[in-house]
Amino acid sequence: MLQPYIPILIQFVIVAALGGIIIGASAFVGRKPRTREKLSPYECGSLPVGDSRGRFSISFYLVGMLFILFDVEAVFLYPWAVVYKELKWLGFIEMFVYILILLAGFLYVWKKGALDWTR
Amino acid sequence: MEILLLLMLLPPLAGAALNGIFGRRFSHGLVSVIGCGSAGIAAIFAIAAALTSHLGPDTPPFVHGYFTWIQAGSFRTDFALYYDRLTLIMTLVVTVIGFLIHMYSRGYMEHEGGYYRFFCYLNLFLFMMLVLITAGSYPVMFVGWEGVGLCSYLLIGFYFPKKSASDAGKKAFIVTRIGDAGFTVGVALLFWTFGTVNFPELFPKVAALGLGDQQHTLTAACLLLFLGAVGKSAQLPLYVWLPDAMEGPTPVSALIHAATMVTAGVYMVARSNVLFVHAPEALKTVSAVGCITAFFAATIALCQNDLKRMLAYSTISQLGYMFTGCGVAVFSSGIFHLMTHACFKALLFLAAGSVMHAMSGELDMRIMGGLRHKMPTTFWTFLIATLAISGVPGFAGFFSKDGILAATYSGPLGSPWLYWLLTITAGLTAFYMFRGLFMTFCGKSRVPHDLEHHVHESSSKMTVPLMILAVFSIVAGYVGIPEVLGGSERFDHFLEPVFGSSQNLLASNGVAAAHTASELVLMIGSLTAAGVGILVAYWFYLRSPEIPEGLATAFSGAYRTLVNKYYVDEFYNWLIVQPVVVGSRKFLWQFVDTGVIDGAVNGSAEATADVGQVLRRIQSGNIRSYAAWVLLGAVGWLGYLLLR
Amino acid sequence: MTSVGSADFIRILPELVLSGFALLVMMLEPVTPAGKKTVLGWVSVVGVILAGLAAAAIAFFPGSAFSASISNDGYSVYLIELLLLIALLTLLGSMAYLERDAIDHGEYYALILMATAGGAFMVASTELIMVFIGLEISSISTYILAGYKRGELQSNESSVKYFLLGSFATAFFLYGIAFVYGLTGTTNLDVIRETLVNSPSSANPQLLWLAVILMFVGLAFKVSTAPFQIWTPDVYQGAPAPVTAYLSTAPKAAAFAVLVRLLIGSFGHVASAGPLIFWLLWISAVLTMCLGNLAALWQSNVKRLLAYSSIAHAGYILVGVTAGGAEGTSSVLFYLGGYALMNVGAFILVAHLAGADERRTDVEDFTGLAADRPGMAACLTVFMLSLAGFPSTVGFFAKFYVFRAAMHAHLTGLTVIALLNSVVSVYYYLRLVVAMYMGEGKTQVNEASIPRALGFAIAVSLIGIFFLGLFPSGLLSDLTSLHVPWL
Repeated sequence: MLQPYIPILIQFVIVAALGGIIIGASAFVGRKPRTREKLSPYECGSLPVGDSRGRFSISFYLVGMLFILFDVEAVFLYPWAVVYKELKWLGFIEMFVYILILLAGFLYVWKKGALDWTR
Repeated sequence: MEILLLLMLLPPLAGAALNGIFGRRFSHGLVSVIGCGSAGIAAIFAIAAALTSHLGPDTPPFVHGYFTWIQAGSFRTDFALYYDRLTLIMTLVVTVIGFLIHMYSRGYMEHEGGYYRFFCYLNLFLFMMLVLITAGSYPVMFVGWEGVGLCSYLLIGFYFPKKSASDAGKKAFIVTRIGDAGFTVGVALLFWTFGTVNFPELFPKVAALGLGDQQHTLTAACLLLFLGAVGKSAQLPLYVWLPDAMEGPTPVSALIHAATMVTAGVYMVARSNVLFVHAPEALKTVSAVGCITAFFAATIALCQNDLKRMLAYSTISQLGYMFTGCGVAVFSSGIFHLMTHACFKALLFLAAGSVMHAMSGELDMRIMGGLRHKMPTTFWTFLIATLAISGVPGFAGFFSKDGILAATYSGPLGSPWLYWLLTITAGLTAFYMFRGLFMTFCGKSRVPHDLEHHVHESSSKMTVPLMILAVFSIVAGYVGIPEVLGGSERFDHFLEPVFGSSQNLLASNGVAAAHTASELVLMIGSLTAAGVGILVAYWFYLRSPEIPEGLATAFSGAYRTLVNKYYVDEFYNWLIVQPVVVGSRKFLWQFVDTGVIDGAVNGSAEATADVGQVLRRIQSGNIRSYAAWVLLGAVGWLGYLLLR
Repeated sequence: MTSVGSADFIRILPELVLSGFALLVMMLEPVTPAGKKTVLGWVSVVGVILAGLAAAAIAFFPGSAFSASISNDGYSVYLIELLLLIALLTLLGSMAYLERDAIDHGEYYALILMATAGGAFMVASTELIMVFIGLEISSISTYILAGYKRGELQSNESSVKYFLLGSFATAFFLYGIAFVYGLTGTTNLDVIRETLVNSPSSANPQLLWLAVILMFVGLAFKVSTAPFQIWTPDVYQGAPAPVTAYLSTAPKAAAFAVLVRLLIGSFGHVASAGPLIFWLLWISAVLTMCLGNLAALWQSNVKRLLAYSSIAHAGYILVGVTAGGAEGTSSVLFYLGGYALMNVGAFILVAHLAGADERRTDVEDFTGLAADRPGMAACLTVFMLSLAGFPSTVGFFAKFYVFRAAMHAHLTGLTVIALLNSVVSVYYYLRLVVAMYMGEGKTQVNEASIPRALGFAIAVSLIGIFFLGLFPSGLLSDLTSLHVPWL
């Protein structure tokens, strides 16, 4: 019953083994010079300024989240575009409603001032 | 028809709801418009239903199931109404007299607190009473039965800040409950035996039986039903609540504790006539209990000095008459008396209320007297009612009481001793009623000076209903003039479709009293008794008032027994109340409760508390541990899968 | 693959109306001035009523929609109407509350609508993926609602706990769906039933059991049966009381609907799964009833007490599910309706009585209430008596029908345990009543007179409680003859 999945299992094993071997090998074989440059955060030379756990404006997260939301939803347009001709008018109307709902969300966000960076 | 019945039933309910919910904010005027209006509408539709029902002698009763009310296994009861000629009479009596009493209450309750509350309860009562008498099955009847009990409780305790009033309310509720228990068990027994408790199915089933079939079951069921009636209609030995019920406002005493609710027991027995005739032993019990109660209560009434209490004992006594009439299987005579009694007893109470109103709440007849001049309308109407209840020819009570007396002698289950005892009772009735009349209205005034100037005739709001009822108290008897007086007993014939088959059953089985006597002779007997009673009362209380005092001192033992109502309350107190109180304190509380139950409860409570402790530890509020519990639960179920 | 037509859309009309109004409310929110947000509440009320009409209308178009993923039958219509009733009562009960505690934003109403739409999809769906989507829509909305009092720690805590544990539990459900798909190659419940019944040997029984248990765990979390009830008291206590009113009824009703469709409707017909499902439900019912009632005995906080009480009620409902068959199902549906009436009523009334910021939610705070506020005390008493199952209230017949179904299914032991439990429960319900009537009124006079919308909601639930308590047969006989194919 589970037979068809055995290749997948084998692939899992191979992937895990490969990853393990590469990391292990580099740790085992590679050189580890402990010079100052090697231990600094950026080997290229730029010096870190301030604490890495600095606080961002809350708007950054808000905009970030909104971007992901709208971005992911826009992804649905791609498969739709592929089968657009087969779906005919029904597909058109459905996508229209879909975008309308997206638009409603966008307007809501806008009106609420979530995009107002200076707030 | 089904619409008409609903239109009759629902207005009082709606009125009760309106006044109950919003009444606090309404003005007196609006409350009384709603209260009286809904009662009036109910009366109009009751009359309309009576006029349009066209119940011929052979038409089956009108039955309509509105919806399925309870369905549990084979037990099924619709919310069904049942309308035949008996229902017709009862609805007319209840709605018309109810309406008049509503009107009267406008004047009586004018200056009392809780005006809207009063009308809310009164309307609710009217609704429940209508449910009771239009019910098409015992469960629906029981709803009305309990509903009127509830309203009675609420209205007796209307002045609840007064301890005696709230105690009286509780007493009424608890004592009638004993009867109700009998009623429910009886209905259950009927269902057990016949598989239905709906009138249209049950009655034909029972009627199809021969006399003697299912004898024991039916006797038991009827006796249990009658126990319910005994509680509700205040018969021996459960009558003790009714005199105390006079703590309620007087219109309540008139409507509930004289005209309608207390007659529910009589109605129920008459409604169940098909069952009762199949259980002659039960019927004999009914007549015996009724007859003894009638006599017993009349003797107590002889020495009462409180006007309303005297009327209460008189009600008990008259209810005894009705039961006797039903008990000798002449149900129509009981119902006839029920109808006339509703008119004149309501009138008596309302007139008493008028007196009470004038006397600032005083009810002791010893400090009344001579009120006739100051309250002419009240006096005349009271006089008419007194004549009616005493059975003076020409007044309503004469015809109906005579019907019962004739029935006790020559009815199917009659026997002479019933007749003689009731005739003596009739004499006693005439005596105490006239005693009350003379002490209150005639002779010299014994009213204290500070009250004297206050005595006045009541307003027209109260006197008009009195006058209307006075007319009823005269004419109501003429619907059933006995044959010997040239009448045609129209009332009996009218009810023949309801009771005829039951009476025929007894007749065809040869159950008939061996005693035949000319009705005229019987009539003369009762008239003599009444005449003697009136004359003695006149002699004692108007001519030579020193005689009763002399008698009281001469027979002080008997007198004190009567004044103290045979010490029945004390006896019950000693026999039942005290043992229960002591028993519950010493045995139930200190031994069973503290020792056994508390022990067990505390034991289990401690065990439960331990469980609670464990649960509390689980409920740590820590979300990781919660997640762990969810996981544990899932793993537990999967583990169960492995182990099974 | 069948094509999508207008009939498909008509059959999800209530859900469409709800979603549409949710969007409308969201759109209107930014343009509504602060302090006037109650208007949005009324808009939502209109939406719920329209959805109710739509649901009544689609009862005349029975059939399936969207490639048999939605089934429009008597079962789903009843449950959708029930969810809408809960939403309506909650909305009416919330408006004054939100204004009082200064959290009156339009999003609240939109979230209630969305949660209800999700619930409606759950109960109408015969497709596991669709069920899952509905579950998520309703869950996510309720996660937010639980934390609606952002300024309050308890509310935040409630939301976070609900969210984390809820996601955890849905994972189980999803895992179960995956197994079912692996076994049968479909996620459609009707096809699953046919496949498994017609060719029982096609599926490995152990894996089937595993799938059933995993899905059960996911739903058990939603209906809070032991031991998955662990989150309930904290979440119910922390969430704003009107939200708790909704939480304790609507998602529970929807999840029970799915549970019945799943366990009685689909897997119940599979011979090999029968005993497992039976014991799964039996043990859960016993554990849930006992745990809910025992823990409720010692609660001093009214909201927490009602939370445990709702756990106990879930146990009683499980008794009906265990009984199974047409009678068990109809008793469960009746119970869900009655339970919704009394629980929503109780919670929205408590929300009002608790005063600003819900400061007075201890049983002690209710002492002597009857003297101050006789009307409200009487209403709360009715709710308590109904929850305890006193005759002439719907609580009595709800229990009666469930227990009767259990007796007819020869579950005497279970019925006895359930009866004992309901006896125990009387204690803690009456404790509140006793406090209200017997205690000296030591609290200052409570809230001003009852807001009109709330009063209306309470009146509706009271009327429902008494109507179904006096005339239960009509609804029950309707529920018994639902004509669903899977019974």
